[in-house]
Amino acid sequence: MHKLAHILRLGLKELTSLRHDSVLLLFLFYAFTVAIYMPAAGSVIGVHNASVAFVDEDHSALSRQMAEALQPPEFQAPAPLAYDQLDKVMDSGQYTFVVNVPANFQADLLAGRQPGVQVNVDATAMSQAFMGAGYIGRIFQRELLTYSGQADAAGKAPARLTTRALFNTNLEGGWFLAVIQIVNNITILAIVLTGTALLREREHGTLDHLLVLPLTALEIMLAKIWSNMLVVVLCTWLSLELVVIGLLSVPLAGSMSLFLLVTALYLFASTALGIFLATLARSTPQFGLLAIPVIIPMLLLSGGSTPLDSMPEWLQWVMQGSPSTHFVSLSAAILFRDAGLSVVWPDLLALAAIGLVFFAVALARFRKSLAS
Amino acid sequence: MSGLALHATGINHRYGKQQALLDIAFSLPAGTRCGLIGPDGAGKSSLLGLIAGVKKLQDGQLQVLGGSIQDRRHRNSLYPRIAFMPQGLGGNLYPELSISENIRFFATLFGLSKADCDQRMHNLLLATDLARFAERPAGKLSGGMKQKLGLCCALIHDPDLLILDEPTTGVDPLSRRRFWELVDSVRSERPQLTLLVATAYMEEAEQFEHCLMLDRGKLIADGLSRELAAITPSGKLDEAFTHFQGDSAQDNQPLVIPPRTGGNTDIAIQAHDLTLRFGDFTAVNKVSFAIGRGEIFGFLGSNGCGKTTTMKVLTGLMPATEGSAILLGKPVDAKDLATRKRVGFMSQSFSLYGELSVRQNLVLHAQLFDLPKADSGPRIDELIQRFDLGGVAEQPSGELPLGLRQRLSLAVAVLHRPEVLILDEPTSGVDPAARDDFWRLLIELSREQGVTIFLSTHFMNEAQRCDRISLMHAGKVLACDTPEALQRQFHGDTLEAAFVTCLEQAQSEAEPAAPGATVNDTHAPPVSKRGFSLARWLAVASREGKELLRDRVRMAFALLGAMFMMVIFGYGISLDVENLAFAVYDQDQTPQSRAYLEAFRSSRYFAEQAPIRDANELHRRLQRSEIKLALEIPPGFGRDLYAGRQPIVAAWIDGGMPFRAETSRNYVEAVHQGNLQQLAELSSLPRSTQAAVKLETRFRYNQDVVSVNAIGPGVMALILAFIPAMLTALGIVREKELGSITNFYATPLTRLEFLLGKQAPYLAVSLVNLALLVAMNRWLFGVPFKGSGLTLAFGGLLYVLATTSMGLLISAFTRTQIAAILGTMIITSLPTIQFSGLIVPRSSLEGAAALMGMLFPAGHFLDIAVGTFTKALDLRQLWPQCLALFGFFVGFTGLSLVMLKKQEA
Repeated sequence: MHKLAHILRLGLKELTSLRHDSVLLLFLFYAFTVAIYMPAAGSVIGVHNASVAFVDEDHSALSRQMAEALQPPEFQAPAPLAYDQLDKVMDSGQYTFVVNVPANFQADLLAGRQPGVQVNVDATAMSQAFMGAGYIGRIFQRELLTYSGQADAAGKAPARLTTRALFNTNLEGGWFLAVIQIVNNITILAIVLTGTALLREREHGTLDHLLVLPLTALEIMLAKIWSNMLVVVLCTWLSLELVVIGLLSVPLAGSMSLFLLVTALYLFASTALGIFLATLARSTPQFGLLAIPVIIPMLLLSGGSTPLDSMPEWLQWVMQGSPSTHFVSLSAAILFRDAGLSVVWPDLLALAAIGLVFFAVALARFRKSLAS
Repeated sequence: MSGLALHATGINHRYGKQQALLDIAFSLPAGTRCGLIGPDGAGKSSLLGLIAGVKKLQDGQLQVLGGSIQDRRHRNSLYPRIAFMPQGLGGNLYPELSISENIRFFATLFGLSKADCDQRMHNLLLATDLARFAERPAGKLSGGMKQKLGLCCALIHDPDLLILDEPTTGVDPLSRRRFWELVDSVRSERPQLTLLVATAYMEEAEQFEHCLMLDRGKLIADGLSRELAAITPSGKLDEAFTHFQGDSAQDNQPLVIPPRTGGNTDIAIQAHDLTLRFGDFTAVNKVSFAIGRGEIFGFLGSNGCGKTTTMKVLTGLMPATEGSAILLGKPVDAKDLATRKRVGFMSQSFSLYGELSVRQNLVLHAQLFDLPKADSGPRIDELIQRFDLGGVAEQPSGELPLGLRQRLSLAVAVLHRPEVLILDEPTSGVDPAARDDFWRLLIELSREQGVTIFLSTHFMNEAQRCDRISLMHAGKVLACDTPEALQRQFHGDTLEAAFVTCLEQAQSEAEPAAPGATVNDTHAPPVSKRGFSLARWLAVASREGKELLRDRVRMAFALLGAMFMMVIFGYGISLDVENLAFAVYDQDQTPQSRAYLEAFRSSRYFAEQAPIRDANELHRRLQRSEIKLALEIPPGFGRDLYAGRQPIVAAWIDGGMPFRAETSRNYVEAVHQGNLQQLAELSSLPRSTQAAVKLETRFRYNQDVVSVNAIGPGVMALILAFIPAMLTALGIVREKELGSITNFYATPLTRLEFLLGKQAPYLAVSLVNLALLVAMNRWLFGVPFKGSGLTLAFGGLLYVLATTSMGLLISAFTRTQIAAILGTMIITSLPTIQFSGLIVPRSSLEGAAALMGMLFPAGHFLDIAVGTFTKALDLRQLWPQCLALFGFFVGFTGLSLVMLKKQEA
């Protein structure tokens, strides 16, 4: 009973400390509003708004028709370009695709001389290069068929394909990005807030002071965890309700309470990680540097920013040990696919197990660091 | 000796609603010595801060050394003429740096030549008895030694005005005596030197010819000490002070100590041959003593002699190397929570929660010590009243003056009515009246409740009140007895004299006596350059560099962290989708449907899972994310195909992760398209003609579309955004949080020197990082390098200049290290990861996202890195990006200059 009271009381102290740092609150506000809204509103997923330049040396009806066929939302309206500018605009990255229709293209086509169209792709634009080239190819194929009087040919293909996306019918990139941005913020906050709060006590001598009080390491640690957990879960909930659902009108399919529960579980694991890192570092500057190579991979390699399946096998295994990987997968499942407990329990179990391991290790290290 | 050193009229100062100074007016002739006395929280430090130019004057007129302090030009000319030592135990020192390095740093800031600095430092260290420790890091010094080092740093240059804020708090009597001899010798060489000292020692104030008395922000008396003291019959300043305070002060009852009632012979604290070593250094050397229950036991000794360490061993904060310690009948055990409840401990430095108010701190501790609710409320009120904290009960304790903070710490230590009190210099920095009050409480606890009290002190009148005292020096107990017996043993008229004799004896045994404390003033007056000074810049840069070099862990994290991220991102970030898990819901099961599906099955992009049996299963498996794609072949597919009825194949994609869904759709469509020719052979439809046009797709810069060729150089931009910014982000805010920022306020250091000096070492580390990352890209990942290496180096330099200055800007803006780390992470991550062009080309961003990408350095360097690596570009094409990066550096530095104030608000 006393123990619970201690944990409660110490946690309240953490909250008071947070409240007094107005700059910190400003960053929190930014993280859960602007940093969610901006990428979601201006988001691009796959081939979207790709920049195209069109070098038209033919100036025929056909070449104009081909240029007009490249349309939003996949492509920006093609910008006319002189041939000698081609290398320059590609070099500068001004355009990702430059199409070159040679002189006499239309005439050669009609004469059956199989003229060539050149599509230059900036292959360093990884997310668009490959897919965009495919799109352009298919669009041109269709236009040429139409032009050469085989307009029906496309319609008369032996079989047709319809693709339907489930859970996000129009593949709105912003929906996903908004949620991933929240997940990323949770990761940053959980690790940084708890870790630095612990080091702050060490640097100000208050940790020594706590040690002459009748408190155990477990109580000190749990107090830090619950208080930071509360702040972040609250911010997450408000951000989802007000920014994601309210401002961005993302129709979240799943259960909010299940998601918040999962968030709390994730916070348990990641705040323990923060404490663990804080016991490895001897000063706040050390912690700051140690946190980067832990947090940034969690942001980039958990499946939220780049696909997990295309990573090398060993790295996929490593990332299975990161709580963020399971949290990203749980977030997508719960919020977009409306998956219930019966579906998500394996990830949930993994997250809980990782959390417990992190917590146990952090507690052992914390105890040891207190004793020395 | 013409003119006034100080002339103040109508000075008011407030912190929020709190009035700190009210209508202060006085003047002080040049060349005089003036003491500033008053109770804790009277406004002494505020006044000194204003005079030193460290705090910004809010209201009134203040002339310092012949000009207004509000005039910026005059203030700039004042820095080298004023020496300021702030209050607190060495808060303005650099803990990683040794004693001599700390002093050298200050010497360079004030423009001393190396020879002058060496000579002066030598004399100062001898005078303060610090010479033996010259190479010890300041962080490992005891409280009193830090205080002495602070004095040395303040005295290293020749000021015309020396402002000392409680300089001898926590300094032992012998050092205190030497210290004043030192100041006198400086004064004898510089007759124009004006000395202004806030002190809690009345005997110190009495030496000075002038005296200012402050009470509750008001100047209650000002004049010659002699005349002020003559007001009262005793001729003592402290009584004069009480007189000027008027009716508001309660009269000082003399302190009476009832004798200890005999018969109680229990031992509460016992140490036997207690020894503690740090490496080769023996901090505590075979210390033994026994303290009886209810006894007041005093611990005296020179600074750094091991008093604090001994106390920490007794509380279990540090394990002893050898020997035993017994507390309340049990061996000291850090895990024994029950004993902790019976002990009250107060450490030398303030270690309560500064952001909590006085009352909140007390309430917190009442709960942590499990005081019953009914009891804790009245108990807290009682202590607030007892320690006269009523006026500040609701204020954040961190903002209180030292004396009031000490009182709060004391209140916390006695809150839970412990049986044993271990107090490390509990009254240092507390005003005399409050000290007496506190002693009344201690005597009451000891005599009426049998509480055992073990305390250390530098005040001789307090030592006199102890039942027994122990004299400690260099880790050993020299003598232990009643004050009277010790006085007899060392033939002193007073206890102080006895103590000094004892210490001198001990020191002369250990080493030759220190020569007389003089500071030879043979050097030319230092030239303090106005405007940008390379020497000062270098001083800041090399100090910061030393701290970084000594912190090997930080260096390792910076370099290894970058390499680690390069490796995992080089291998891990790939936007290709391969082995997409898919399953087939084939309702036709004919050779035709199998022929159609074969194209998917044989593609490396798809990996087939167990077939789907019904529509429910299709949905469920997509929901579980077992498969990302389901292909549904309608019944009668083969028949319809043959009949030319154009059967429709449905591809169901998991849209939860839109990027992958988009890629999947693209692949499915491509495979379908490629399949049509073959399907046509199974159909009765006329075959479409052969393609009339050749489509040549040229993947430029990266012919094989190898992920790492594009990602690798981009990842450099990512890593060099985070690590350099994080390195500098704590630079300024850490000094703000730990107190050394005062040096920036009080020295000739300009804002630009400070900023660029802080940046230099981190810039160097970041350049090493850049070189490492380029090498890893080239040789580990084999990314071909086609462009200009010089351009990459130049662009890289500009980039790390920009990102390190961004870190500094965050540091200048924030108030706590937590906020600085969080801010760096949050501000850097979004534009670097999402809008820099690493994943999505910047040319397809629009609106706010495009703007954000442009207004952050990462995207520009990404262009340079990718351009020089893969596109064979050089400065001719990349100059706009370089210019932009330079612009960021200038812009961030400019903003930091605006954010960074040369004075405290």
